[in-house]
Amino acid sequence: MDATLIADAPAAATDRETMVRFEDVRKAFGTVEVLRGISLEVHRGDVTVLIGRSGSGKSTALRCINGLETINGGRLTVCGRKLHEPGVDLRALRQEVGIVFQSYNLFPHLTAAQNVMLAPRKVKRIGIREARELAREVLAQVGLADKAEAYPEQLSGGQQQRVAIARSLAMHPRLILFDEVTSALDPELTGEVLRVIERLAQGGMTMVLVTHEMGFARSVADQLVFMHQGTVWEAGSGDILRDPQTPELRQFVGNGL
Amino acid sequence: MSYEFDFAFLDEYGPELLRGVWLTLGMTAASVLPGFLLGTLCAVGRLYGPPWVRRVAIVYVEAIRNTPLVIQVFWLFFGLAVLQVRIGAFPAAVLALVINVGAYTAEIMRAGFESIPKGQVEAASCLALTRSQVIWGVQLPQAVERVYPALVSQFVLMMLATSIMSQISAEELTGVAYQIQAFTFRGFEVYLVIAGIYVALAAALRLVLLGCATVAFPRRRRLGTPL
Ligand SMILES: Nc1ncnc2c1ncn2[C@@H]1O[C@H](COP(=O)(O)OP(=O)(O)OP(=O)(O)O)[C@@H](O)[C@H]1O
Ligand SMILES: [Mg+2]
Repeated sequence: MDATLIADAPAAATDRETMVRFEDVRKAFGTVEVLRGISLEVHRGDVTVLIGRSGSGKSTALRCINGLETINGGRLTVCGRKLHEPGVDLRALRQEVGIVFQSYNLFPHLTAAQNVMLAPRKVKRIGIREARELAREVLAQVGLADKAEAYPEQLSGGQQQRVAIARSLAMHPRLILFDEVTSALDPELTGEVLRVIERLAQGGMTMVLVTHEMGFARSVADQLVFMHQGTVWEAGSGDILRDPQTPELRQFVGNGL
Repeated sequence: MSYEFDFAFLDEYGPELLRGVWLTLGMTAASVLPGFLLGTLCAVGRLYGPPWVRRVAIVYVEAIRNTPLVIQVFWLFFGLAVLQVRIGAFPAAVLALVINVGAYTAEIMRAGFESIPKGQVEAASCLALTRSQVIWGVQLPQAVERVYPALVSQFVLMMLATSIMSQISAEELTGVAYQIQAFTFRGFEVYLVIAGIYVALAAALRLVLLGCATVAFPRRRRLGTPL
């Protein structure tokens, strides 16, 4: 057995509850450093909410978690996989980490049920019957049991986003990432999507989400992270919004509410 | 000016005309699917293949798109003869058509693949699909749907282009027409009839290809969206 494995073993044991660990993570696009030393932990069953001004690096941080961006420095461990080391199995990682985007990105040529079944069928190779059952189950979970046969263009934005969430759930991920999933929706539709996320949180799903909905952030967050200029500027429970310690967060909250 | 139309050749040469129609149809039918497959493979190779595949695809597409079909046909026909490969006029014609239409199809399909929003591909790979599952399962169906009208036009053009195949003695419709007018000296009438037949064949081909679309694109069928 090699030395690094032995050295890592105790750490892994105490890590059991840590799903994501950023340690001084850096990320640059060309010469522009977008993440400038982020340290952050996400624990199983927790909802971590990233807030911050546009361009502060929230999406980039989120996208690092499932390997959509590769980091340039520091250490990033997700579900026990070291993303800072070469040769990460991204496909294995992505079976454990789901993501939902602002723009839904449903496959327009497939029905809601087919959107949901595609990855379980092709990646996990489950049978068609099992897949149908699974689609029924996850669509019901997001309140769209009756829309299984609808195509995306027949659905409202809120319904499309809920199908996208169901599509993610169908892979039974250990962690789901949400990047401003309600930003394209009007307030009424925003509410229906947020309620789905809230229910997932109550069900114990581990989630990291970026949102501009401050009220929602405060109510749902177990951990609230205010990002500023590519760093974690302030972090804590949802209460940090009520009592900001830094002028930047105070100003951000002042603008946001 | 008075001109006496004379369509008497229709009776006498009816069977020949029919044989010409069948040959034209046969060449077209035999070329559509292989041409589509070749073009799609080239488009995918050019977009996502390793560098050498990209280069091969580019050379092929550009060589075909910048030379006349009739030269490609001769080159193939006589080239094969030089290599001592004996194939009949019909297989040679079909082979040439497939190679020709494949290059145009490649460009059409490439545009189709490129028109799919990046977010689709990103979402698919975030669901742990492999690169090739994304290409064939997510991108291809959407790409075909988007460029289908252009594909239909291309295949109609290909059918019309079969009219040069009598040059290698595949006596399709135009070749038959040439012979009939040589015997009857009724060129005007003959080519009028032939033009009418091509119009009908083109309409039929469009109809068949649109029929394929309703089978291939269930969403269009369900939502009643025209192509
Ligand atoms: N692929 C990229 N190439 C170059 N620069 C990028 C890229 N992605 C993001 N950036 C830059 O990185 C910075 C942080 O972007 P990021 O999308 O993470 O911000 P954000 O906090 O999510 O902002 P928003 O609230 O507007 O979504 C921005 O200045 C952005 O222009
Ligand atoms: Mg963002």
